Amino acid sequence: MLVITCPYCGPRPEIEFAHGGEAHIARPQDPSSLGVEDWTEFLYMRANPKGLHAERWRHLHGCARFFNALRDTTTDQFVATYRTGEPRPDLAAVKA
Amino acid sequence: MSGSFRTGIGGRIRRERTVRFRFDGVTYAGVEGDTLASALLANGVHLMGRSFKYHRPRGVLGAGADEPNALVEVTRGAGRTVPNVRATQVELYEGLEARSQNRWPSLALDVGAVNNLMAPFIPAGFYYKTFMWPRKAWDALYEPVIRAAAGLGHAPTAPDPDTYLNRYAHCEVLVIGAGPAGLSAALAASRGGGRVMLVDEQCEPGGSLLAEPDVRIDGLSSRDWIARTVAELQANPRVTLLSRATAFGYFAHNMIAVNERLSDHLAQPAAGAPRERLWQIRAGEVVIAAGAHERPLVFPDNDRPGILLAGAARTYLNRYGVLPGRRVVIATGHDEAYRTAIDLSRAGVEVAVIADLRPRPTGPLVEQARALGLAIRTGCAITGSRGGLRVTHARLSAILAAGKLGPPDEIACDAVLMSGGYTPSVHLFSQSRGKLRWDEALSAFLPDVSAERERSAGACRGIFALDAVLADGAAAGAAAAGIDAPPALRSTAVDADPAGVMGAVPHDRGPDARAFVDWQNDVTSKDLKLAVREGFQSVEHVKRYTTNGMATDQGKTSNINALGVLADELKRPVEKIGLTTFRMPYTPVTFGVLAGMARGDLFDPVRTTPIHGWAVENGAVFEDVSLWKRARYFPQGAEDMEAAVRRECLAVRSACGIFDASTLGKIEVVGRDAAEFMNRFYINAWTKLGVGRCRYGVLCREDGFVMDDGVVGRIAQDRFHVTTTTGGAARVLNMMEDYLQTEWPELDVWFTSTTEEWAVIALQGPKARDILSGLVEGIDLSPEALPHMALAEGHICGVPTRLFRVSFSGELGFEINVPADQGRTVWEAVWAAGQPHGLTPYGTETMHVLRAEKGFIIVGQETDGTATPDDVALSWAVGKAKPDYVGKRSLARPSMSAPDRKQLVGLLTEVPETVLQEGAQIVASRGLKAPMPVIGHVTSSYYSAVLGRSIALAMVSGGRARMGETLYSPHGAGEIAVKVVGPVFHDPEGARVNV
Repeated sequence: MLVITCPYCGPRPEIEFAHGGEAHIARPQDPSSLGVEDWTEFLYMRANPKGLHAERWRHLHGCARFFNALRDTTTDQFVATYRTGEPRPDLAAVKA
Repeated sequence: MSGSFRTGIGGRIRRERTVRFRFDGVTYAGVEGDTLASALLANGVHLMGRSFKYHRPRGVLGAGADEPNALVEVTRGAGRTVPNVRATQVELYEGLEARSQNRWPSLALDVGAVNNLMAPFIPAGFYYKTFMWPRKAWDALYEPVIRAAAGLGHAPTAPDPDTYLNRYAHCEVLVIGAGPAGLSAALAASRGGGRVMLVDEQCEPGGSLLAEPDVRIDGLSSRDWIARTVAELQANPRVTLLSRATAFGYFAHNMIAVNERLSDHLAQPAAGAPRERLWQIRAGEVVIAAGAHERPLVFPDNDRPGILLAGAARTYLNRYGVLPGRRVVIATGHDEAYRTAIDLSRAGVEVAVIADLRPRPTGPLVEQARALGLAIRTGCAITGSRGGLRVTHARLSAILAAGKLGPPDEIACDAVLMSGGYTPSVHLFSQSRGKLRWDEALSAFLPDVSAERERSAGACRGIFALDAVLADGAAAGAAAAGIDAPPALRSTAVDADPAGVMGAVPHDRGPDARAFVDWQNDVTSKDLKLAVREGFQSVEHVKRYTTNGMATDQGKTSNINALGVLADELKRPVEKIGLTTFRMPYTPVTFGVLAGMARGDLFDPVRTTPIHGWAVENGAVFEDVSLWKRARYFPQGAEDMEAAVRRECLAVRSACGIFDASTLGKIEVVGRDAAEFMNRFYINAWTKLGVGRCRYGVLCREDGFVMDDGVVGRIAQDRFHVTTTTGGAARVLNMMEDYLQTEWPELDVWFTSTTEEWAVIALQGPKARDILSGLVEGIDLSPEALPHMALAEGHICGVPTRLFRVSFSGELGFEINVPADQGRTVWEAVWAAGQPHGLTPYGTETMHVLRAEKGFIIVGQETDGTATPDDVALSWAVGKAKPDYVGKRSLARPSMSAPDRKQLVGLLTEVPETVLQEGAQIVASRGLKAPMPVIGHVTSSYYSAVLGRSIALAMVSGGRARMGETLYSPHGAGEIAVKVVGPVFHDPEGARVNV
């Protein structure tokens, strides 16, 4: 069971959280103006990287807030967690 | 022979305390402190099991968790029968009852041993090659026979009567294993002040030191040093020490699963006392001090009872006071076996010869043996054994310079003690995803790069000399606690050369000789070579083809020897071959402890409504709807469901019914931007919905497909009472929070789950208003003041209520929302008021029929995640003028309005009494042969009492353009003819609801 650090509550066991899919996919401001391909890209296309992945989690059984995390999909280690709306952390900065 | 192999003194047993037990029906005597294996050996019993595949007689091989042969069944009566436990780990208690396995009719005379004679015909991969044809024989003959023969013990069929506990724990440092390294590590770590846990699989701490009575550490005997160390740990309130606790799984982020056995060792466990406890320990740092497993020698006929590991024999002698035999042959490629020879010789056992594979063994242990006058043959291979149910001779051959063997020589003996060296136990390290490296000098894989905050110490990382082990443990414990290592301790241990041998011992016995590599799975060196000859190169493939290293053993004694054989055969270095994955659990774990308290009523949460008790008292039959218990129908007398539902349906249509709708999901949406949020979220338009009015809301996912529905009431300008489906409440709330938090954080709105705040009493039927009229205060029930799809706040029976005038039945209807703790009181008051009007309780089944008669969909029944609002005839609900809502852009895709989409229709069977099967397929014409083009499926199907015939709802391709067509539902050999009609069967004008 993973330990996930909620940016609001601190480290908590995985059972308190729900996974929310890939992060940083903003819903378009005006969906009706989008062409089929752009809309398809937003709706269906998701990254499946080997390595660092920015993903959403929700501290469902805690503060109930959504937040983002950088997780290494090969090791399940979390490199960083950060609040919704904040940019994806600079990897070089994270390592430093 | 009873007790005749017991020494006079020594060991950690209490000779004065006799313990009687039975093995295969024979009563034996052991002593307190024995294991089942040591007690049997003390009685001269080596034969403890039959091998898995060939049913060869097998004796005990080891003395601990790595025992592959002596798997027995221990029983304490029905439901308390445990198969496949290692006799080496079963602590003896008065009255213990154990049976051998995998034999019939008895251990000595086993019919299945015919497999042994057949052995030349059943090599590795035999199953895959032989049972290929004829194909039909697989199902009828091969598979049943193979399944019947497969497995070792038999699982009990009675329910497990024991209780099991589960506990979470956190600590700064977890030390796994309480041998010399683990004790040192825990002691050092404990001085850092943090929480330290030390878990050990044995009944007492000490590990390998328990078999080292003569060693002195820090000026103390090993016994006293263990006692002093344990006392210091126990005196520290920050230290938790667990014995009989096996760390069996290493999970992500330093979560270690530990199985603590609480009562299996007791003769009379207290009634109701838990049997085992599962610890889930989250550790800041982990020190693995798991020790090492002794490596057998792979020589022909190396599996006879009486042939065991040299280190195990020494443990039996020094820890249990048991002799493995009277005259032993020691066969070795490693120094450690000399310790066994020396100790046995001092205990009066005749050591016939030490046969050492190495040409020129040296070192203090070898010199000690020589000084004792023990016969040593160097450069000598053991090339076979003789004996029936017990070894009687060892066959020895000199290894000549040219790699050839000299003439064999048979030595009479009653035990052969072998050692190829020690293999570090890297099971847990490997489970933690750490990377291993091959150490050529030790012929072993060692921990290299850690994946977790973890370090190994002592023998499990290839450090064997006792002083070094103590220092390594202390250093690891101190580092884990973030403090400086304590000064090193000195011992009197004599060190052995850690280098050993691996792979097959050379022999001259021809190609049919069987030298076992994996005792538990009956894999020989021949099988491994065969696999390579047949083209298997990858170690993972060889493992699966031969079964080497599989099952509960996970290669503890066999992995390295198998790699040695493979390396020889593939002519590749071991590190290029690699190692198979170590699976958890390290040793088998009961299902009981994994289930813990989650059994019976506690298996899954059960949700009941405030009115549940009333439904129980009134004979309701319940069904599970997600976690809820819902009353399905209320049978009277001998009624079956069909009869009850017909009666309930007619009662609602003719008088009035009362229904518990409390399970409906309810979310309070509040805030200045509540209407704006609802506009963006639901497909409907909400701005113009007046306060005190309701609307049927439909929610789509962003892909345009219907996700949920429910009536939404506007309580105030900034407050909506949203209802969802029973199963969808959590999903909808999660989606609301998702959009609010991540897409529209600027909106001023809050959501609160109120599902369990409100009890909901649905009153449906023409008499509903009459029944309610005397109960409400401050609410005008007249059709003008409270028309269909309106709501009012007031009181009912003195309790505050939100009264919705809504109908899921097509009749005049109300849904009375009252605070949950008043639910039953109000229900009973309404029930009493309804008696003169013929009020009838009804359940979910009748609710389904009534709504189907009206063509109302149920999300998840009519829809399946691929239905748009228009597909289920809900396009009227769409707020078409809205610039955007969740799903709008997807609904604009051309394929979402294609004319051949499946659409909601009604179906009437040609024969009115015929009720279609829900889920049945719909096709366009008669007489089609499968596979046939399917154009739709039945989603709901019932007998309608009010219509006196069956009705069905279906999703049919281009269905709305097929009104009046006759379609078919394949059924058995023929098909059922159906006519396509509109989905509303009863009162299509809606006259009955607007009264």
